[in-house]
Amino acid sequence: MAEYQTYSHDVLVIGAGGAGLRAAIEAAAGGGKVGLVCKSLLGKAHTVMAEGGIAAAMGNVDDRDNWKVHFADTMRGGQYVNNWQMAELHAKEAPDCVRELEAWGALFDRTKDGRILQRNFGGHRYPRLVHVGDRTGLEMIRTLQDHGIHQGIDVFMEHSILTLLKDDGRVVGAFGYDSERGRFHLFKAKAVILATGGIGRAFKITSNSWEYTGDGQALAYDAGAELIDMEFVQFHPTGMIWPPSVQGILVTEAVRGDGGVLLNSEGRRFMLDDIPENYRAQTADNEEEGWRYTQGDRNARRPPELLTRDHVARCIMREVRDGRGSPHGGVFLDISWIKRKIPNSEQVIIKKLPSMYHQFKQLADIDITKEPMEVGPTTHYMMGGIRVDAESQESTVPGLFAVGECGAGLHGANRLGGNSLSDLLVFGKRAGAYAARFAKEHQFGRIDDNALETASRTALEPFATNGAAQVESPYQIQQELQEMMQDQVGIVRMHADMERALEGIARLSDRARRVRVTGNRQYNSGWHTALTLRSMFIVSEAITRSALERRESRGAHFREDFPGPDPSHAKFNLAVGKDSGGGMQVRQAPIPEMRSDLRQVIEEMK
Amino acid sequence: MATASFRVWRGDAQGGAFADYTAEISEGMVVLDAIHRIQAEHANDLAVRWNCKAGKCGSCSAEVNGMPRLMCMTRMSELPLDKPITVEPMRAFPLIRDLVTDVSWNFRAKMKIKEFKPRKPDAPDGTWRMAQEDVDRVQEFRKCIECFLCQDVCHVIRNHQLQEDYIGPRLFVHTVALEMHPLDTENRIADLKKSQGLGYCNITKCCTKVCPESITITDNAIIPLKERVVDEFYDPLRMLARLVWPDSKPPG
Repeated sequence: MAEYQTYSHDVLVIGAGGAGLRAAIEAAAGGGKVGLVCKSLLGKAHTVMAEGGIAAAMGNVDDRDNWKVHFADTMRGGQYVNNWQMAELHAKEAPDCVRELEAWGALFDRTKDGRILQRNFGGHRYPRLVHVGDRTGLEMIRTLQDHGIHQGIDVFMEHSILTLLKDDGRVVGAFGYDSERGRFHLFKAKAVILATGGIGRAFKITSNSWEYTGDGQALAYDAGAELIDMEFVQFHPTGMIWPPSVQGILVTEAVRGDGGVLLNSEGRRFMLDDIPENYRAQTADNEEEGWRYTQGDRNARRPPELLTRDHVARCIMREVRDGRGSPHGGVFLDISWIKRKIPNSEQVIIKKLPSMYHQFKQLADIDITKEPMEVGPTTHYMMGGIRVDAESQESTVPGLFAVGECGAGLHGANRLGGNSLSDLLVFGKRAGAYAARFAKEHQFGRIDDNALETASRTALEPFATNGAAQVESPYQIQQELQEMMQDQVGIVRMHADMERALEGIARLSDRARRVRVTGNRQYNSGWHTALTLRSMFIVSEAITRSALERRESRGAHFREDFPGPDPSHAKFNLAVGKDSGGGMQVRQAPIPEMRSDLRQVIEEMK
Repeated sequence: MATASFRVWRGDAQGGAFADYTAEISEGMVVLDAIHRIQAEHANDLAVRWNCKAGKCGSCSAEVNGMPRLMCMTRMSELPLDKPITVEPMRAFPLIRDLVTDVSWNFRAKMKIKEFKPRKPDAPDGTWRMAQEDVDRVQEFRKCIECFLCQDVCHVIRNHQLQEDYIGPRLFVHTVALEMHPLDTENRIADLKKSQGLGYCNITKCCTKVCPESITITDNAIIPLKERVVDEFYDPLRMLARLVWPDSKPPG
């Protein structure tokens, strides 16, 4: 057996983005011993990239806003396959979570009377996003980090988890390694919270960094937990597309919220041509009204650029496909045009979108105050993930909780911008509290030495010098998987393509057995990449199988062979689990009937 | 397509040397792209720390042609390609491997700084009122992405290794952000003087020069903190007051 160090915690949190940090703080508040494991350094997780803001119906800018409107917006955005109980808790609890963040030192932009300012965003009826310029995510993660380090939490930076450990059906710990030296570590815990984020790295064009390989989803799946909604992958409509090295980097929706418009090569504002029926009543159908909305006119309807992300992404795809794209295969996003409307437009743009200004200036030689940006869809967010109980965030395996992007339910078929940061706060807090409670009610479990033995042996296989006739590179396998998922299970999906993708995943995972790496266990990026391949295969297969099974188009999931929604499909989520033979199975999980008072809220808000 | 040659530091705590590589350069490429290309094609085990690749997370700090930079924000087009481009780890911190250094001291040092302590809420519902100008005033400091390039270049850390008695530019920025927070009521001035080594900084402004977020660290963060220390400890009236009432909090 390989050597390892052992630690014991009441609650172990895996992942230290907004959700993991918030969960760890809450778990520690109950006095328990909390461990926090993260793949990167503290404060570097993808929360730092969030630009838009935190959606919370505080009603500071428009007093017509309240939890009911937020609830209805979230459900409409998710095309009604959301976990409605989560959507309710989220809408009700988000404002208090924002206030809590302020009490811990977060500084947000203010209204004239000194309260927290809120901005417009896609799919939100009223100005709702709490923000500070376009770097809200940094403010949030730094606040949680700086508060969190004083709560007695043990932080394990640059540690990765290989497997969850079970005893008598419940999760009792995790086993992993550190990047620095490649040593193994056993984390015994009474409860484990997964907060590992997304799966963007399964696709070629993505706004996600190397970390987002679906580890949490795969760990939970292997531990016997169910995943749901895996067919719903959000392609954010506006990623950078040029130069090639920046392809996929996010261009915040706030550009559109502050007046930016989408134009095709003919200079036409094509979003005005395609407003879906269910949004027609609340969408501006002319330029003048859209502009007034971005300038805070309460009687104006929002511009069509702020329709939901799935719809905007598909409209961009269509423009490109029909030959009306920009030179590098996207469309134009123009904020500089507002100089025709206001005198000091350059200062206004730099003030409101400082990091976008900086990003384009430095990476693409584009001055966004003077010229349009070129943008196209980028893989951004996973709506699906680990199936959880709405109140406690506990998965279908006792002692295992999941929160944030790796959890699922709140967003349904499509997430609204800003609903992720609020998700992290609301459910991070809940997961922390319920995991701490679970830990109080349970003892440490027995650790299965065989499981440790298997995990460490498997992890070291890429260093083996014998066996493999044809050695494979981990980077090559990863790249082929990303290209295949992008082409065959991407924004526009077809049955035959996805069947081919399933075969492709099987072939690649077969080849992955022959992956070998050079060097030693010290901070070896090749080895780390090899160890994430398994997670990427699991989530890729789950996405593809679910997408095959949903024979309709809904939210982010678009089937060219079934281009419209099918009302009968609104009645279930697709749940993915491991069958007794170790194969992946997909089943329809009926959505429980919505409480009548909530149904009424949705009717009222239509 | 153009190619560029690189001299990349390979090694660990025991020692190391530059290794030579070449990589194809395409339009818009940054140094981190080239390092990734080298990693994928020639050196699978090359150690490099990175995350967002958009200048927002501050992970990929290194020294490119001798200058502390974020690799993801250093365009190849701004570097001369007629001679090899050197890429080395931050030299002020202990090397883990290749381009990756042990920056954990920065995280430990931060814990010594007293945390945010807000005044009582202004409104009965437990919330505060603030003016936008007061929020704007500290934004510069809150932009910091904790890349630690300022710590890397600071001679107090890099040359004199005074980490035990000094917190460095990044954490002075952190302190000033707290001190100027419109709601904060804590006082961190004595700590800055007594245990955090503010006096060691002799304002050479190297930190300001390398900050990828263009924070004017020396002028806007460190000098105002030095002024506060002077006000609190070297004002003759206050010195007298301390003699008479040694335990009292300084007035004003």
